[in-house]
Amino acid sequence: MSTIASLNIGELGYISEESLDFIPLKLLEMGCLPGAEVQLIQIAPLKDPLYICVNGSHLAIRKETASKIKILKANI
Amino acid sequence: MSKNDIKVALIGNPNTGKTSLFNQLTGLNQKVGNYPGVTVDKKQGTSKLSATQNAIITDLPGTYSINPTSIDESIVLKTLLKKDIKESPDVILVVADIENLKRNLLLFSQIKDLEIPTVLAINMVDQMAKKGITIDLSALKKELNTEVVLVSARKNQGINEVKEAIIRCHVAAKASPLCGINSKIDPDYFNKLKEISPNYSLYELWLMVTQNNYPTSITKAEKDKLLAFKEDMSKLKKYQHKETIYRYQEINKILKKTYIVDKSKATDVRSKLDKVFTHKIFGYGIFFLILLVIFQSIFDWATLPMDLIDSTFAELSDFARNSFQPGVLTDLLAEGIIPGIGGVLIFIPQIAILFLFIAVLEETGYMSRVVFLMDKIMRRFGMNGKSVIPLISGTACAIPAIMATRTISSWKERLITILVVPFTTCSARLPVYAILIALIIPNKKIIGFLNLQGLVLLLLYVLGFASAIIGAYILHKTLKINSKSFFVVEMPNYKLPSVKNVFYDVVEKTKAFVFGAGKIILALSIILWFLASNGPESYKNAAKNIVENLANENLPEDELNQKIASAKLENSYIGIMGKSIEPAIKPLGYDWKIGIALISSFAAREVFVGTLATIYSVGSDDENTTTIKEKMRSEINTETGKKRFNFPVGMSLLIFYAFAMQCMATLAIVKRETKTWKWPLIQLFGMGLLAYIASFITYQILS
Repeated sequence: MSTIASLNIGELGYISEESLDFIPLKLLEMGCLPGAEVQLIQIAPLKDPLYICVNGSHLAIRKETASKIKILKANI
Repeated sequence: MSKNDIKVALIGNPNTGKTSLFNQLTGLNQKVGNYPGVTVDKKQGTSKLSATQNAIITDLPGTYSINPTSIDESIVLKTLLKKDIKESPDVILVVADIENLKRNLLLFSQIKDLEIPTVLAINMVDQMAKKGITIDLSALKKELNTEVVLVSARKNQGINEVKEAIIRCHVAAKASPLCGINSKIDPDYFNKLKEISPNYSLYELWLMVTQNNYPTSITKAEKDKLLAFKEDMSKLKKYQHKETIYRYQEINKILKKTYIVDKSKATDVRSKLDKVFTHKIFGYGIFFLILLVIFQSIFDWATLPMDLIDSTFAELSDFARNSFQPGVLTDLLAEGIIPGIGGVLIFIPQIAILFLFIAVLEETGYMSRVVFLMDKIMRRFGMNGKSVIPLISGTACAIPAIMATRTISSWKERLITILVVPFTTCSARLPVYAILIALIIPNKKIIGFLNLQGLVLLLLYVLGFASAIIGAYILHKTLKINSKSFFVVEMPNYKLPSVKNVFYDVVEKTKAFVFGAGKIILALSIILWFLASNGPESYKNAAKNIVENLANENLPEDELNQKIASAKLENSYIGIMGKSIEPAIKPLGYDWKIGIALISSFAAREVFVGTLATIYSVGSDDENTTTIKEKMRSEINTETGKKRFNFPVGMSLLIFYAFAMQCMATLAIVKRETKTWKWPLIQLFGMGLLAYIASFITYQILS
């Protein structure tokens, strides 16, 4: 199954319901919710962290966290 | 502060323009204090709401939620939970950013559930058209059941409306929860929680349980019952997650009716700038260029004011000596207090310039991009992308740099950053480096254009950064601390910095240095003055002996006085201390005179130059470095018959100053931030040992 870490730059996905337990509370509070649309905006030059836009929030998170958050890829 | 003043707490997410609004509301009527027991700065200001009504506004640290993950954020929770204390707010002013309204409303919804009267100020409304946003204000007021004001703090719009809303809200004093969330998650569970005490709202009780933070008014029985809820931690955690999702669902429902974004109208500068600033080549290139400009300006712009401060205090000192009765008090003033204050103030220009740059970089949103670029690199060394800011600040002064680590939420990463910051070349090392380099490095150009002395100074800076990085790596591998290394950084939109915000920020941080480090440096310079101007029996006879011994030589009075001063210092307490450590520092190439300078520079490094000036009898008030330099240059090592400050000794001293932890003020700050003497002592002895070994090797190889 894909995670935020497996998105390509510019690609969209939806955070799956089952990853709720893997999203740290702080990230939830910043808008990273199950069902929310998430877009990978940029990857740092050394492949980590990832710059994402979720629920209107622009955030940088580490790959380690991103790879625990499962998503459904949107078919554009 | 009068009794009738309304106490207002200002709360909001970072990057919402909270500080701008605070500055607009209070103007220059602000002061920075401390929260009792914690080290976070408390910013307060007075605002005139109407002809008859004032408000005391407290600017709380920016946070995304009441559930804290850093020290700064925990202040918000503590302030809000303690309804019983005098400072508890009457009204809460929540600042939100129009563009991120959804996320901002999460914090608002939590605060509303505390049942304190709340005003919501939606900031940056001047951006609405550009972002394609429309908002139905009256519907939003009704849905949120609170006062809502649209403002643009930077353009000074809507400020009066905020003031009026605060008064209305205070008078009405009505407060109701927004979602009444928790009861819907698990009615049984939360009903039981609610029954514990009628004195608190359900949400307050829930926060006490989840955050382990209790108001002083809570009874023992109530607390015990609350603690029982902590037994099932996984359930607690699950409900916290559910609560957040539920809040967002409610917020979405409300915004659907009141807030419309037409994305086609939005212009996107962000993504264009991001492409450049986070580019794998341009990104690092630009960051490096910015650093270069910063360091260049610190040296260029600061020289003039620093010279001015220097000469002013030298004159003040002379003035005091000449205009008061000679005696101990005059000496204390002229040789202890005035130079002590001067020694603190001289660093203000460099520190202010550095903080000016940092404030601008943070205001524009660029700093978050640096954090993003650097995180992976810093992580290899046990630090965090956010450690970059303290490491840069450290080149001005370690004290504000260590305070800047508070935003790092992982304790291990924060601790490592605190421990290695003193390796970076702070401005106090500069006078020491400058004089030693002038003594041992020839002033000539190599490869056509590179100044050799400048190159050595640059290498010392590189050495500072390199040892910080290597030190961090060693700590990373040896420290056994388990701390969750969770990292999230908001990438705010780019914006032009506001002059007002930058100005207040620079003033505030410079003040923190002057009063934080200043007190300690001043106190120590007085102690050092005492040790240098008092001594046992031999001290009292020193002057007499010199006069007797040199009676036949007919020296000019100036020279004789200098010889007396020098002999006095040799026999003073500090002179005796210098002599007693001589055996230990001889392998590094130093004699007891340098020993005195080493001891006295434990207060602060820059004291080294002044002390040497006294020892080589240049006259303590004469800060003319060429004279000190000449004296030092002509000083002969009595054992070898050669120059005392030859290349090996000079290099050994440079290395010593690069590594040694010679700053009491920094040690005091590290103690304050880590809450134990363990870490500052490890720093003191670890860095001292490193300095000793490195200087020893340097000297033994070179000589």
